[in-house]
Amino acid sequence: MKLYYDFHIHSALSPCGDDDMTPNNIINMSVLKGLDAIAITDHNNAANCEACMELGRRNGIIVVPGMEVQTKEEVHVLCLFESIEKVKSFGGELDKHFEWIRNSEELLGRQLIFDENDELKGEEKRLLIHSVDLNIYALVELAHMHKGIAIPAHIDRKAFSLIANLGFLPPDLNVDALELSKKTTLEKFIGKNPMYRKYRFLSNSDAHYLYDISERDNWLEVDEKDIENIFKKLRRSNKEESK
Amino acid sequence: MIINEIIEELKLNQVSGEKDSTKTVDGVYICDLLSWVMANGSKGDIWITVQTHLNIIAVASLLEMPMIIVPESIEVEEDTLTKADEENIIVCTSELDSFTLACKLNEMGMQ
Repeated sequence: MKLYYDFHIHSALSPCGDDDMTPNNIINMSVLKGLDAIAITDHNNAANCEACMELGRRNGIIVVPGMEVQTKEEVHVLCLFESIEKVKSFGGELDKHFEWIRNSEELLGRQLIFDENDELKGEEKRLLIHSVDLNIYALVELAHMHKGIAIPAHIDRKAFSLIANLGFLPPDLNVDALELSKKTTLEKFIGKNPMYRKYRFLSNSDAHYLYDISERDNWLEVDEKDIENIFKKLRRSNKEESK
Repeated sequence: MIINEIIEELKLNQVSGEKDSTKTVDGVYICDLLSWVMANGSKGDIWITVQTHLNIIAVASLLEMPMIIVPESIEVEEDTLTKADEENIIVCTSELDSFTLACKLNEMGMQ
């Protein structure tokens, strides 16, 4: 069956995310859009995942906890996890490689943490948008150690993308899939970059505003609509090998 | 300009590639986006970059850039150095930043 997804959504925890990206707003909008599954992927932190997952359970939509990590090479990588425990243990390890720089709310925006009633629980004072001190190999390995999957984000873009920053995808980098931005299609991308056709691709919104969240445009073929089946599908990074 | 003379003059710390290299370089390219370097770097350039990922060696080989200088005492990963030795790319580190390196290379006569 088709599972309609958007696995790259920023909440108001990301300084660049709109302050209206609260757990209730994100979940309600995603339900209105008719999506079956979303992922909450703030920069280098997962503090809003728990509230969103709870609301997902109440509203019948799958919420995958995750984050968008920025590696030492300034490459953005989506790291998705099967449970809140796993994203927290991953986040704990990641914090050890994260330098404490104070956020500038005026310049970059606030970093808001909410509960499931959209009550403000707190504000993250550390600046979340800079690099962790891990290279991309180490990050992918760390995500896998916590049973997560690692997906280089918006690889077609000119900024913070694996191909822009590192020139090409290292063949021995054990990623689970590749993400394309809304600005391209799989057909166009593979037309220009046929060497990557063996990878699985996802197309996500990278929403920073409510209206950015995807329509029912992108789907995965799954056996059942649940988080286990999403991971079962996405862990098969290399389509050739999975046959 | 001969690589060995540059290493001595700028007091670079060579971490890979043949010692006492008499190979020559004839330009300098400074950029940290590898895709941009692939599109715009030239054969025979010294490449100055803060990137230390394995891919820098592939890019240098591809473009026939014999030498990479990593500024500001940034440590280069072991994998990258192993690959650099295989490809015979001379990787050097320096305490200086990219601008100062470029100025000093210019003072040495690099145009």
